[in-house]
Amino acid sequence: MTTETAPTGTGSAAQPAQAHEMTLIGALRANMRDYGLLLALILIMLFFQYFTNGVLFKPVNLTNIILQNSYIIVMALGMLLVIVAGHIDLSVGSVSGFIGALAAMLMVGWDFPPELAFLAHPLIAGAICLVAGAAIGAAQGYIIAYHRVPAFIVTLAGMLIFKGLSLAILAGKSVGPFPAEFQMLSAGFIPDIVGPITMPWLAENGQNVVLHSTTMVIAILAIVGMVFFSIRGRGRRLARGYDVEPFSLFIIKNVVIAALVLFFAYMLASYRGLPNVLVVMGVLIAFFVFMTKRLTFGRRIYALGGNLKAAALSGIKTERTTFYIFAIMGALAALAGMIYAARLNSATPKAGQGLELDVIAAVFIGGASALGGVGQVAGAVIGAFIMGVMNNGMSIMGVNIDWQQMIKGVVLLAAVFFDLYNKNRSA
Amino acid sequence: MTKTILEMRGITKTFPGVKALSDVNLDVREGEIHAICGENGAGKSTLMKVLSGVYPTGSYDGQIIYQGEEQHFKSISDSEHKGIVIIHQELALVPLLSIAENIFLGNEQARGGIIDWDETRDGARKLLKMVGLKEDPDTLITNIGVGKQQLVEIAKALSKQVQLLILDEPTASLSEKDSQALLDLLLEFKKQGITSIIISHKLNEISRIADRVTVIRDGKAIETMNTEDITEDRIITSMVGRALNDRYPKRTPNVGEVVLEVRNWNVFHPQHRERQIIRDVNINLRKGEVVGIAGLMGSGRTEFAMSVFGKSYGQKISGEVFVNGQKVDTSSVDKSIRNGIAYATEDRKTYGLNLIDHIKHNTTIANLMGVSRWGVIDDLAELDAANDYRKKTNIRSSSVYQVVGNLSGGNQQKVVLSKWLYANPDVLILDEPTRGIDVGAKYEIYTIINQLAAQGKAILVISSEMPELLGITDRLYVMNEGRIVGEMPTSEASQEKIMRSIVRAEGKAS
Repeated sequence: MTTETAPTGTGSAAQPAQAHEMTLIGALRANMRDYGLLLALILIMLFFQYFTNGVLFKPVNLTNIILQNSYIIVMALGMLLVIVAGHIDLSVGSVSGFIGALAAMLMVGWDFPPELAFLAHPLIAGAICLVAGAAIGAAQGYIIAYHRVPAFIVTLAGMLIFKGLSLAILAGKSVGPFPAEFQMLSAGFIPDIVGPITMPWLAENGQNVVLHSTTMVIAILAIVGMVFFSIRGRGRRLARGYDVEPFSLFIIKNVVIAALVLFFAYMLASYRGLPNVLVVMGVLIAFFVFMTKRLTFGRRIYALGGNLKAAALSGIKTERTTFYIFAIMGALAALAGMIYAARLNSATPKAGQGLELDVIAAVFIGGASALGGVGQVAGAVIGAFIMGVMNNGMSIMGVNIDWQQMIKGVVLLAAVFFDLYNKNRSA
Repeated sequence: MTKTILEMRGITKTFPGVKALSDVNLDVREGEIHAICGENGAGKSTLMKVLSGVYPTGSYDGQIIYQGEEQHFKSISDSEHKGIVIIHQELALVPLLSIAENIFLGNEQARGGIIDWDETRDGARKLLKMVGLKEDPDTLITNIGVGKQQLVEIAKALSKQVQLLILDEPTASLSEKDSQALLDLLLEFKKQGITSIIISHKLNEISRIADRVTVIRDGKAIETMNTEDITEDRIITSMVGRALNDRYPKRTPNVGEVVLEVRNWNVFHPQHRERQIIRDVNINLRKGEVVGIAGLMGSGRTEFAMSVFGKSYGQKISGEVFVNGQKVDTSSVDKSIRNGIAYATEDRKTYGLNLIDHIKHNTTIANLMGVSRWGVIDDLAELDAANDYRKKTNIRSSSVYQVVGNLSGGNQQKVVLSKWLYANPDVLILDEPTRGIDVGAKYEIYTIINQLAAQGKAILVISSEMPELLGITDRLYVMNEGRIVGEMPTSEASQEKIMRSIVRAEGKAS
C-alpha cells in the first residue's frame, strides 16, 4: 500500500536540525488522513483483541477475517472506480449472487450433453462467469455512459433483475456442492513448497508452533521489494532535485509497514499459510493501486469524476471510460460471486443480497467522496477491513445482530462526518 | 454634509496561514454609490462577507457600525433584517422555480405556512416593474438570460426592504447593453435613497457611476477617492501599487503562412434543430498572428469556437477545417487536440479545471501521452512538466501540489493556459482569457499570449472587452448573429468601427 505523499515544506539537507524536526511533524500532518485510517483499523483491532480476550488475533481467526471479507474487498476495488467517477452501482450484490448461481448450474446443476461437458470444468465455467459478469457490467455501463440514464436507476433496475434471475435459474433451491477444485478458490491455501518449520521454543500448552515457511518467504520477498522500490523512488526524486519526506519519517514508515507485514504473515503462517483467495486479492489490490496512481486510464477516472465537462473538453473520452469502469465492476462482482459461492460450497437464491451496501460503505469509510473525484484504493481496502473486523469482533463478543447493524451504521456515519469535518477545517 | 450609514473599523480577518484583511477601515455615506476595487485576492469579497455576516461576529476583529449602532451579525439573515443585502457574483437563484418564487424564496408570502399565490404574483409584478424587467412572474429562471436573472436578484433584494445593497461584480457576465441598464438602475436607486456598494473590475463603469472609490490591496484599504479625483489611471496605480504605463505589452508581429482555415462553417442549436446558430463562417489564422473575434454577447463566438473544437456544441455541423493546409477531422475533442487545436474555455470553473485536484494533474490532463508510455504515467516526468509550466506561466502557489480550487482567478486562468500549452497546439483559441481577473494578472496573460505568438503559434482571442481586443490583436473579425460581418486589421480598427459593422449588419438583417 503506497500512498503518494505530497512533498512538504522545503526540507533539504542544508537546513538546521530544528527545521528538520518541524518538517517531520509537517509531513505527518500532511498525510494524516492516509495514516489516520490505518491507525483507526489498528485501534479497532486492539480494542476487539482486548474485549474478545485475545481471540481476535488468533491465527485461525485472522485467517477467517480474510476469508469472510475477501468478496467485499474484491468488489470494493471496482466500486472505488465507480464512486470516484461520480456514479454508484447498486447491482453488485445481486450480480454476484447471480454469477454464483450461474457457476453452480454450469458445474453442478445442468446436465450437459457429452460434447458440451467441458463447460462444466471449473476453469471453463469460471471463465464463462467472469465474461458474463463483465458483459452485465458493460450492458449497464452502456446505458449509463451513452444514454445518460443515472447509474442509481440503471443499477437499481439491475439489482431487481439479477435478484430475480438467480431465483429463476436456481428454481428457488440451493445448488451444490461444488467440485473440489472450485472450492479451493475460497477454502484452499497455497502449497508449502519450502516445507514446514517447527519452532519448539514457541510451544504453547505443549503444542508446537509449525510455521508455513513459504508464506514467510513470500512476505520477506514482498518487504524486500517494497524497500527496494521506495529507496529507488527516493533516490530518483533526490537526483532530480525534488523535495522528499524527512529521512526519519521514511525509515519509520518502512519499518512500521515491514513489521506489520511480518506480523500478519507470521500469524497466517502459524495457521495454514496464505489462503489462495488472499493471493488473488493481493494481486488485484496491487494492480488497482497501480491503475489509479500510474495508469492514464486511472487518471482519467479521477479527472472525469472531478469535473466531467472539463474532462470532456480536455479530450478524455468520458463515455468510453465510464463504460469500461462498469464492465470492470461487473467482472469483479462475478469474481466475488464465485468466491462467495465457493466459500459456502453452494449457490443459494439469497446469496449476495445486500452485499452492495457493505461494499459501498467500505468505499465511503475509506474516504471516497460521494460527489466523485476523490478516493483511494488503499482507503477502500482498509474501509472494508474496518467493517470486517467489527463484524468479526462483535460476533465473537456475542453482540446481537440488531446491535451490530446499529453500531456499523454509526461507524459509517462517524467516519464520513469526521472526514468532512477535517476537510472543512483544512480548507 | 451627508450622514455615514456604515462604518467598518479596523477589520482584521485571518484564515489559516493567510491574513486576508488587516485593519481595514471603510466609510459609506447614506445614499451614495461606493465602489470597491482591487486585484483578485485583495480581500474585497472577504470584506463584504464580514459585513453581511457570512463570517459571523467573533470570527474577525474590528467593529461594524451601521446606522449609528454597533452590529454583531451572526448570519446573513441578521444583516438582511437590518436591510443589508448582498448579491454575489454567482447568482443564488433556483433555475427550475419561477421568477416570483425566487423573489420570495425564504420570505414566502404566506399565512400559516400556506403560500398566497395572488399576493406572491402581485408583489413580484410590482418589484419587477421597479427594476424594469418585463417578464411574466411565472416564467422559470432557466428560461431567461443572465442579465435578466441579475435583475431578478435585485428585485429579490428590494423585497427585503434593502437599505444597503452590495453587488459583487454584477456586470462580469453581462453584455454591454445589460450592463448599461443595470448601472442606470443603480443610479435610479440612488435617487430613491438606497445606498449601494459595488465591487467591480471594470474601471469605466466605476468612473461612470461611483461617488467614491475605496481601493483595497493585499488586505489593506489603500485609499478612498472622491468622484472628482477618480480616473482610471489613478485607480490602476493604486490597485497594483505601481503605475502601469501600458496596459498591453508591446510586441512586433511576425506573421507567417496560414495555419488554420475554417470554411463554410454552419451549426444548428443543440436542442432546436431548426435554429441556425452559425451561418457560413469563413476565417483563417496565420502563424504568429493574434486574431480577435469581436461581437456582442450571444453573437455566436463561443458557439463557433466550441463547434470547431471537437463538435462540443450544436448539431448538424457542416464545413471544413484545415490545419497547415491539410483537411483535418475535428469530430471529437481528442482528434482536435491531436490535430493541433486547443480551446481554453470562457468558464474555467465549469468547463476548464478539476477544482478538487492539484495543479500538476490539471496541467497534464489534456496531454497524458506526453508523460506516459504504454499508458503508464512517469511520475517524475509529470512533475517536471508541471513545474516547468508553472514557472512559464508564473503561477503563484506554494507548489504544484496546491489544489486548483484554492487559487485566485488569475492563477486559475494560468493553470488553464498551462494545460493547453503543454498540449503543444498549433492553434490556440482563447475564449475570454481575462474574464474576472485583475489588472496585474491580465498583463501577465497578455505577455504569455505575445510569447506564444512569437513562438509561431496562431492565436484566436474571443473577448467582450473591446479595448482588450484592440490592445492585443493583429487582425479582427466581427461577428453578429452567427455571421462574420466584418474583418479589419487592428491598426485600422476602433470601437466605433466595430460597433458600426454590427449595427449595419443588424440593419441588413431586419
